[in-house]
Amino acid sequence: MKKYLLKRVLISIATLLVILVILFLMLEFMPGSPFNDEKLTTAQIELLNAKYGLDKPVIIRFFNYVKNMLSGDFGVSYTISKNTPISTLLLSRLPISVTIGGQAVLLGTVVGLILGIIAALKHNTIWDTLTTIISVIGVSLPSYVFALALSYSLGYKLEWFPLLYSSKAPFDSSILPTISLSMFTIASIARFTRTEMIEVMGSDYIQLAESKGISGIHLIVRHQLRNALIPIITVLAPLIVSLMTGSLVIEKIFSIPGIGSLLVTAIQSNDYNVIIAIAFIYSAMYIGIMLVVDILYGIIDPRIRLAKEESHE
Amino acid sequence: MTESKKMEEKILSIRDLSISFQTALGRVDAIRGVEMDLYRGETLAIVGESGSGKSVTMKAVMGILSSNGVINSGSIDFSYYDNHEKIDVDILKLTKKHMRSHINGKHIAMIFQDPMTSLNPTMNIGAQIMEGMIWHKRANKKEAYQRALELLELVGITDAKKRMKNYPHQLSGGMRQRVVIAIALACNPDLLICDEPTTALDVTIQAKILELIKDIQKKMNISVIYITHDLGVVAKVADYVAVMYAGKIVEKGTVDEVFYDPKHPYTWGLLSAMPDLDTFDDVLYTIPGSPPNLSHKVEGDAFADRNIYALNIDHRLEPPMFKITDTHYAATWLLHEKAPKVEMPQALRDRIDRMLKEASDDGK
Amino acid sequence: MNNTASEEQLIFLENDFEFVSQENRTHIDETYMSQSYWKDVSKRFFRNRGAVIGLICIILIVFMAIVGLDLNEYTFDEQTITHQNLPPRIPGVENLGIFDGSETMNTSTGVVNRNKYIAEDGSVTGLEDVYYWFGTDVLGRDIFTRTWMGTRISLYISLVAVLVDMVFGLSYGLISGYFGGKVDNAMQRFAEVLNGIPNLVVVTLLIIVLKPGLMTITFSLMITGWIGMSRIARAQMLKLKQQEFVLASRTLGARDFFIIFREILPNIFGQIITNTMFSIPTAIFTEAFLAFIGLGVPVPMASLGLLISDAFKSFTTHPYMIIPPVVVLAILMLSFNMLADGIRDAFDPKMKEM
Repeated sequence: MKKYLLKRVLISIATLLVILVILFLMLEFMPGSPFNDEKLTTAQIELLNAKYGLDKPVIIRFFNYVKNMLSGDFGVSYTISKNTPISTLLLSRLPISVTIGGQAVLLGTVVGLILGIIAALKHNTIWDTLTTIISVIGVSLPSYVFALALSYSLGYKLEWFPLLYSSKAPFDSSILPTISLSMFTIASIARFTRTEMIEVMGSDYIQLAESKGISGIHLIVRHQLRNALIPIITVLAPLIVSLMTGSLVIEKIFSIPGIGSLLVTAIQSNDYNVIIAIAFIYSAMYIGIMLVVDILYGIIDPRIRLAKEESHE
Repeated sequence: MTESKKMEEKILSIRDLSISFQTALGRVDAIRGVEMDLYRGETLAIVGESGSGKSVTMKAVMGILSSNGVINSGSIDFSYYDNHEKIDVDILKLTKKHMRSHINGKHIAMIFQDPMTSLNPTMNIGAQIMEGMIWHKRANKKEAYQRALELLELVGITDAKKRMKNYPHQLSGGMRQRVVIAIALACNPDLLICDEPTTALDVTIQAKILELIKDIQKKMNISVIYITHDLGVVAKVADYVAVMYAGKIVEKGTVDEVFYDPKHPYTWGLLSAMPDLDTFDDVLYTIPGSPPNLSHKVEGDAFADRNIYALNIDHRLEPPMFKITDTHYAATWLLHEKAPKVEMPQALRDRIDRMLKEASDDGK
Repeated sequence: MNNTASEEQLIFLENDFEFVSQENRTHIDETYMSQSYWKDVSKRFFRNRGAVIGLICIILIVFMAIVGLDLNEYTFDEQTITHQNLPPRIPGVENLGIFDGSETMNTSTGVVNRNKYIAEDGSVTGLEDVYYWFGTDVLGRDIFTRTWMGTRISLYISLVAVLVDMVFGLSYGLISGYFGGKVDNAMQRFAEVLNGIPNLVVVTLLIIVLKPGLMTITFSLMITGWIGMSRIARAQMLKLKQQEFVLASRTLGARDFFIIFREILPNIFGQIITNTMFSIPTAIFTEAFLAFIGLGVPVPMASLGLLISDAFKSFTTHPYMIIPPVVVLAILMLSFNMLADGIRDAFDPKMKEM
């Protein structure tokens, strides 16, 4: 376990470092980046030079840069909102994205698990077929198709929910985005849970448990689900990250002021500082969540937790 | 043995059991009219090739048939004591719920073939042994723990306290099978079903596990059913033998009867195919061909196509069970009065004579 | 037992108790028809209705992507200002009251139904003989032609995804798994680090360096698309390289690359095809998503994502514009997913049946 943990942490740090190097190189060499743009005044350039120590050797500059990034100092926005510190921009938007993403994760995981379990328990019945159809549709259609369908039917025609996000009614107006965002998660989790459950249900140890007389909820939870969940955790990780960081598309459709829509604006207006800051935030979150999931995986699966140190590569 | 049997009580009685499976390749009639009896404290071995329906029959007894299995007819009568009151049930008529709460883990237990896959990888050994006892409210946690420790020691696991906390992946195959046996014994079963308990283990451990089961059987006076294709195991442990072929029992009797006086050509084949140290044949005998595909309807005797002694009637009519002695039956038309007299192959005859001689030598 | 009672009623034939003569004996090994592996796989595949429907849909869509652009007189980038926002109108069908060029509009005075092709007051619109099967967009371009142009882009993307999987992913995984040890360790750590960078970040950074367009999408697929396949290939390789037939080949002096590509590759074909099929929808997804946020192919090119994105802007007023690209995209994605499912199940029947 110790070795497993150490390995995961080292990989995470290495990945973060690689990303920082890439981002740093882009800032240094990209034409039109804040450092060598001709629109900058001399005073601004001097300010930047002083701030990032551009006269110092590359290594020193890199370490300064890393220090700034890690401490949340991403510089200032350049075109979107002139001279506003990016951290300020992000701070107001990140919670919105994370909230909607979190709701979608919750909804997607819970509904997906339930559907998957039902399909597996009622294997080869109409319920199974129904769930399979739902999940194939769910993984096949891009989230904006659901978003459009929902906002057209429930929002525009029936007027049950607001069409666009509003900060006055953050929950009501986040319902449609949450549902459309969670569709893919629901479908993938349901699909995966079903396959894993069916495989576990056919295993010898379930037969042994049944022959002990174990049945009902206890059998499902303690024996089947627990073993089926271990691989599910691995597919959940990337799903969580993509949802937590907010889907760019959904934020655009529902005009949600999250970081996704900020990224789109930044790309369209060539605001490199903002793009790089968001790229860093995304990467950091992604790496962080992957690490947590890997550790969780290690805790849940005794085969990793109690692996003999030497037998683990 | 034969005389005293009548005095004893019957604990399991299977009549006319027929099971089919709905598969992607169509309906497969896996079990086609199986009959067998088992008495308290005795050991029955069911032998046959893979696919002959040994395991399916026993899964039906356990009530753990896979969901695409359909029971067409038959009964499985099982009798057990609850608070010193004798209860007779037909397992096939019980609901799954009743089966799990009254029979499984209380009166019938099963040991599975592959110890590598039959333990839950995410539960420690102790929890898996204790689970059944706690589930059936036979013991509280503390008592269950004590009992689990005793059982681990009983099945020959040293350092039981430490092992309780281990997970399956930390144990060797032999150890795991001991744990599986401990789990099965945890419920004080009346009937223990062992589905090829030693095939996945190496030879030295095989013998130990068989000894262990035999010991425990004597101590606890339980009935044991072995499912196996290993005739060596049968000879070591069984009182009675049932030979299965293509979903039917083709010959049954006491171990001595089936081993020393086999009547069915399939049993001849099985015995001839058993390797032993004293046979000097150049080639090991094998039964030609492979078992019939049970998704097609079987006309006549299912073994006819592989039987060098096949009669014309074998292709037309299914042979009934012919009685040889009170305990010995075989389903082959060769036993019919009109059938030509056929003796077992000479090589087998010689071999049996040799075995008989050895047995009587040992007896002296 | 049961022998006495039933036996009495049986009627025995004269030759019943004679041995079966040699020529009458049926052939023993016919009981299990020998079926080749591939025959088995294809049998299982064609029994799966969803997969077959998916395959047919894909063939139809590919066909339309090839010939669809030439089926009418319009080109995908021809803008006709006078033909803006025309609803679908199909000759023949229009007489049934559908696809007749009329649309329901929400205006300030309420809901009105109007037809831009034929004026109700009898005045000449100049569009009486004009037919747009799927209608036109805000710039007066034919949506029918643009939809099939967009489909081409999506199919191109799927081709790239397949190539990346096959060329990069497969070789990487096989080599890493086969050589093992230090090579494997280094290659795996590299893949893990790369896998730790979110896709979105890779695409975003590529867009800064290159310009948005097909090249960017192709590159981003190349950078990250192969990792999943390489894992599967490696895992299979680790499993297979210990097996006897590989050892045998090695003792006979076969070279490494011969063993990898001739001995092992054919044995993991099923897994590879399955995984490739699953990577296609993901790739199409990526393009549609990028296009929707304005980072796809540049105008006047058309991709399904771009068409949906454009039509979205006027989708409350002219909902007909968004339907063709969404429907084609949905069918394409569904078909590839169902096909992939079918192929997976055909190669690897998971269910225990007895």
